[in-house]
Amino acid sequence: MTSKTILSTVLALGLAGSALADGHEPVKVGFVYVGPIGDGGWTYQHDQGRLAVEEEFGDAVETVYQELVPEGADAERVITQMALQGADLIFTTSFGYGPATNAVAARFPDVKFEHATGFMREHPNVSTYDARFYEGRAVTGHIAGNLTETNKIGYIASFPIPEVIQGINSSFLHAQKVNPDVEMVVTWVYTWFDPSKEADAARAMIDQGVDVILQHTDSTAPQSAAEEANANGGRVFTFGQASDMAEFKPTPRVASIIDEWSPYYIERVQAVIDGTWEQTAHWGGMPEGEVVIGEITDAVPAEVKAEAEDMVARITEGEYHPFTGPINRQDGTPWLAEGEVADDATLATMDFYVEGVTGQIPN
Amino acid sequence: MIVLERRPAPSTAWQGLSPVLAVALTLVAGGLMFAALGNDPFAALRAIFWDPLFGEFAFFFRGQLLIKAAPLILIAVGLALGFRAGVWNIGAEGQYIVGALAGAAAGLAFYPADSRLILPMMIAAGAAGGIAWAMIPALLRVRFGTNEILVSLMLVYVAENLLASAAVGWLRNPDAVGFPGSRDLSRWGSSANPELIAGTGAHWGVAAALFAVVAAHVLLTRHITGFHIRLTGAAPRAAAFAGVNGGRLIVFCFAVSGGLAGMAGLFEVTGPAGQISIDFASGYGFTAIIVAFLGRLHPIGILLAGLLMALTYVGGDNAATSLGLPVAAISAFQGMLLFFLLAVDVLTHFRLRWRPRGVAA
Amino acid sequence: MNGIDPALLIAALMVASTPILLAALGEMVVERAGVLNLGVEGMMIVGAVSGFIAAYGAGNAWAGFGAAILAGAALALIFGVLTQGLVSNQVATGLALTLFGLGLASLLGQGWVGLKGPGLGRMDLGPLADLPFLGRAVFRHDLVVYLSLGLVIVLNLFLFRSRAGLVLRSVGENAASAHALGYPVRAIRLAAIGFGGACAGLGGAYLSIVRVPQWSDGMTAGAGWIALAIVVFGAWRPGRVLVGAYLFGGISVLQLNLQAAGAELPIELLSASPYLVTILVLVLISRRRHRGGEAPADLGRPFHASA
Repeated sequence: MTSKTILSTVLALGLAGSALADGHEPVKVGFVYVGPIGDGGWTYQHDQGRLAVEEEFGDAVETVYQELVPEGADAERVITQMALQGADLIFTTSFGYGPATNAVAARFPDVKFEHATGFMREHPNVSTYDARFYEGRAVTGHIAGNLTETNKIGYIASFPIPEVIQGINSSFLHAQKVNPDVEMVVTWVYTWFDPSKEADAARAMIDQGVDVILQHTDSTAPQSAAEEANANGGRVFTFGQASDMAEFKPTPRVASIIDEWSPYYIERVQAVIDGTWEQTAHWGGMPEGEVVIGEITDAVPAEVKAEAEDMVARITEGEYHPFTGPINRQDGTPWLAEGEVADDATLATMDFYVEGVTGQIPN
Repeated sequence: MIVLERRPAPSTAWQGLSPVLAVALTLVAGGLMFAALGNDPFAALRAIFWDPLFGEFAFFFRGQLLIKAAPLILIAVGLALGFRAGVWNIGAEGQYIVGALAGAAAGLAFYPADSRLILPMMIAAGAAGGIAWAMIPALLRVRFGTNEILVSLMLVYVAENLLASAAVGWLRNPDAVGFPGSRDLSRWGSSANPELIAGTGAHWGVAAALFAVVAAHVLLTRHITGFHIRLTGAAPRAAAFAGVNGGRLIVFCFAVSGGLAGMAGLFEVTGPAGQISIDFASGYGFTAIIVAFLGRLHPIGILLAGLLMALTYVGGDNAATSLGLPVAAISAFQGMLLFFLLAVDVLTHFRLRWRPRGVAA
Repeated sequence: MNGIDPALLIAALMVASTPILLAALGEMVVERAGVLNLGVEGMMIVGAVSGFIAAYGAGNAWAGFGAAILAGAALALIFGVLTQGLVSNQVATGLALTLFGLGLASLLGQGWVGLKGPGLGRMDLGPLADLPFLGRAVFRHDLVVYLSLGLVIVLNLFLFRSRAGLVLRSVGENAASAHALGYPVRAIRLAAIGFGGACAGLGGAYLSIVRVPQWSDGMTAGAGWIALAIVVFGAWRPGRVLVGAYLFGGISVLQLNLQAAGAELPIELLSASPYLVTILVLVLISRRRHRGGEAPADLGRPFHASA
C-alpha cells in the first residue's frame, strides 16, 4: 500500500500536472456514469449537468465522460485513466464508486474529486454531494395520498440505503397526512435501472390493487406499465423519477421529481477555475434548485395541485421540513417530538421505517 | 466445388496458426465495424492494442492488464480441463461469486484480528466455496444425469441473489451507516491482497494464475488423470473401455474449475474490488469461456488468450474515454474473435479440397 | 397478506411466459433435428433490439416482429454455417453466439434506450372477453400470445403427423442413416436452425415491444437459457414445452405478486425461486429419463458426410 502510494505520487506529480498551472489549457472535467446516458433518468440528468457546464464555460472547459462503468475494480481503472489524461475535476456519479474514487484520489492529490451520494471523504481532494430527494417525495406523497381510491400506493424501491428509506418514509408520511387509511406497498427490485424488473414490479403492484406508483428506480418502464393498464380500463398514476419523463404526461405521470445537478456542477467547476475549490459534503435540495418538481398535470385536482405547490414554496423558503414531529418509528417508539425537526446525521443514516409503513427493510 | 476432407490427424501447424489467423481476421472485421460506427479504425485499433502496451500511460495500463487477466486465466484453466473431457461447466460466474462470499465471510469472522494466517485461510475458504457451488451440478449430473450446462448456469442467477443478500444483509459493513457493501477487505491488513511488486499490478491472484497454468500443463501431459481427460474428450467410449470412471472425472473437473473460480473471486474481493458489493460480479466467469476456447483449451494458450482478452478490455476502456468508442463495441469484438477462431478451426481437422462437380460425393 | 386474484395471475403469467415459450418451441425444433444451439439468449436479445428499432421506426409493432424474425434467423445462420458447413463444436459455437449477440445488441441499441415504442393493442374477442373469470384470465391478450399457442398445435401436427416432421426427426435420431436414405441432412438442419433463430428473435421482440415495452441492455436477463431448460423439461414435445414455459412464467409472476402482497419471505429467495424450481424440475425429469431415452439420439453430434 505504501509503496503504491509513493509510486502514485510520483506519477501524479509528473503527469497529472494541473491544467491550471500554466493557465492556458482549458480545465478538463471528467464524468463517470453508471448507466447509459439514454436511461432517461439518473445518468441522463447528470449528463444534462455536464452539458450545462459546457454551455456555461464554453471553451474554458473540456468535458470527458464514460458511461456504463461498472462499480468496483473497473471504476478505479476508468477514474485513474481520466486523471492520467489530465482531468482537473472528476465527478463520479454513483454511490458504488466511493472506494474507487478515494483510492484514485490518494494517488492524484492535485486532481479534485466529487462523489455523488456517498459518505467517504478520506482525502482533502474528495468532496461528496447529494440532493435532498425526500423533499420531492413529500410533495409526491401528498399528491399520491389524495389521488388513491384503493388506498394502496406502491413504492418501487431500489436498494435498502438511507436515501431510499428517506424517500419511502417521506412519501408515506405525507400521503398518510391527507389520507389516514393509506397503505404503502414496497417492492425491492435491487437495481437502479432494469426496465424489465421495474415493469414486472409495477404490473404485480397494479394486479394487487395499487393505483398510485412511486418509483425510486430510473427507467420509464413503470410508466409504460401504468399506461398499458390505463389503456385497458385501469386508473393508475405515476410520478417521473430523476428526470421529468414528460412523454407520459398528463397521465399516468402526474408530476415528477427532477434531479437538477447543473447549479452544483457549474459552481464546482467555477471553484476549480478560481482555485477556490475546497472539500465539502454538499446536500442541497429545493432551496438550492437541485430538487425540482416537474409540471403537475391537470389530472390532479386543482386544490391538491395548489397544496402541493404551496408545500414546494414552503420547503424552498425553509419554512417546512418534511420530517417534522410528531413522528414515531415503525415499532411505535417516538422519534421526533411535536415540532421537532430531523437532524441531518439521523437522516443520512436512516435505517428504519416510520410508524404505519408495513413490512421490513431487507437485511 | 470445394469440399472438406477430414485429416487423418489434426494438423499441428494449424493448431498453432489458427488463433493467429483468427486474430488477424477479427482485426480486419473489427476495424470495419469501428469504421461503420464512425470512428477512425486505425485510431481505434491503436487505442485498444497499442496504447495500453506502448503508449504514454503504458506504465499504468500494463499493471491493469495483469489485474484483468489473472481471474480470466485462473478460471479458464479450470474450465478448459472440463471442456477437454466434454464436461461443460458454464456457471463459473456463480462459483466465482460464491468463492468470494465464502472467503470474505470466513475472513470477516475474525475481524479485526491481525494475523498472517487470515489471508491463506480465506483463500482456502474461497476455493471451498467455489467447489461447493460446482458440486451441485456435478453431483446432479453424476447421480441423476441432469444436464450440467443448464444447472450450472441457473446457479449463476441464484448466486447473484446470494450476493445481493450478502451485500445488503449478512456481510454488510456495520460501520457503513446503513449503506450496502461489506468492510473493505483490501484495507484490512490481514485480508488484503496487495500488489506484490509495486506498480506491476501483480497480486497473489496473478501468482496463482501462473501456478495454475503450469500445474494444468503438467497434469495434462504427465499425469494419468490428464490422460483420462484427453481420452474422454477424444473418444468417450474408448475411455470407458479403458476403465476411466466417467462420474469421478466429472466431479474432478467441476471441483478443479469451481475451486479455481472461487479462488479467483477471493483474490478479486480482497484485492482489486476490495469489498463485497452488489455489483461485485463482473462477468469474468463468462468471459473465461471465450478465453478457454481462444487458448485452444491449452494452458499456455490460455495464458496468452487471457492477456489478449485483458488487452481488449483495458484498451477498450481507453478507446471509450479517449475516442468515445462505445463500450458495447468491445463485447461484439470479443464475440467476433471467438467466431473466427471456431471458423478457422476447421482447417485443423479438415483439408480444403477442390473437387470437380459431377464426381459422386 | 391480501389475496392474489387468480384470474389476473393467469393473465400475467401468459404474457410473462410468451417470450420463453416462443424461444423454446424454436429450439425444440432445432434439437429435434439433432442440433444443440446454446445461442438462444443471443438470438433473443438481437431480436429484442432489432424488433424494437423497427417497430419504433415504422411506428408499428408488426414491422418490429418481422424484423426480429429476420434478425434472429440471420444470426442463427451464422451458427448454422459454422456448425454445419465448417463442422465446428456446437456447444462452443452456441456460447459464442450468445456472447456475440449480447455485444451486438448492446451496440445496435445505443441511442434507443428509454424510448417509448408503439405498443401492441389487445385483441378484441368480443363476448369471450366478458366471460366471468376466463374472460379476464385468457381472453384479453394480444395476438402474439394466441399465435404462440397456435404454434404449439402446428408444431405438434408437423412433428408427429407429417412426413416432413418425420424426416426432421429421423435426421435428429440418426443423421447417418437419414443421409444414406438420400435426405439432405445439412440442408434440413440449416432450415431447422433458421426456424429456431426466427422464433427466438420473435420471443425477444415480444419482450421489447409488448412486455416491458422498451429496449434496454441485457433485457433478456437469461430468458434464452430458461428456454433451453424448458426444452429439456418438455421432453422435446410441444405440449409439454408449453406446460414448462407457463410453469416458469407462473413462478416468476407469483413471486412478484407475493412480494407486492407483503409476504414475509426474503426477497433474494423469491427472486431466485424461478431458477431453483427449474433446477429441481430438471433433476426430477432427468431421474425419469434414466429409464428411457427421450432426447434425440444424435443431439449435438456433428455430422460430416465423408465421401
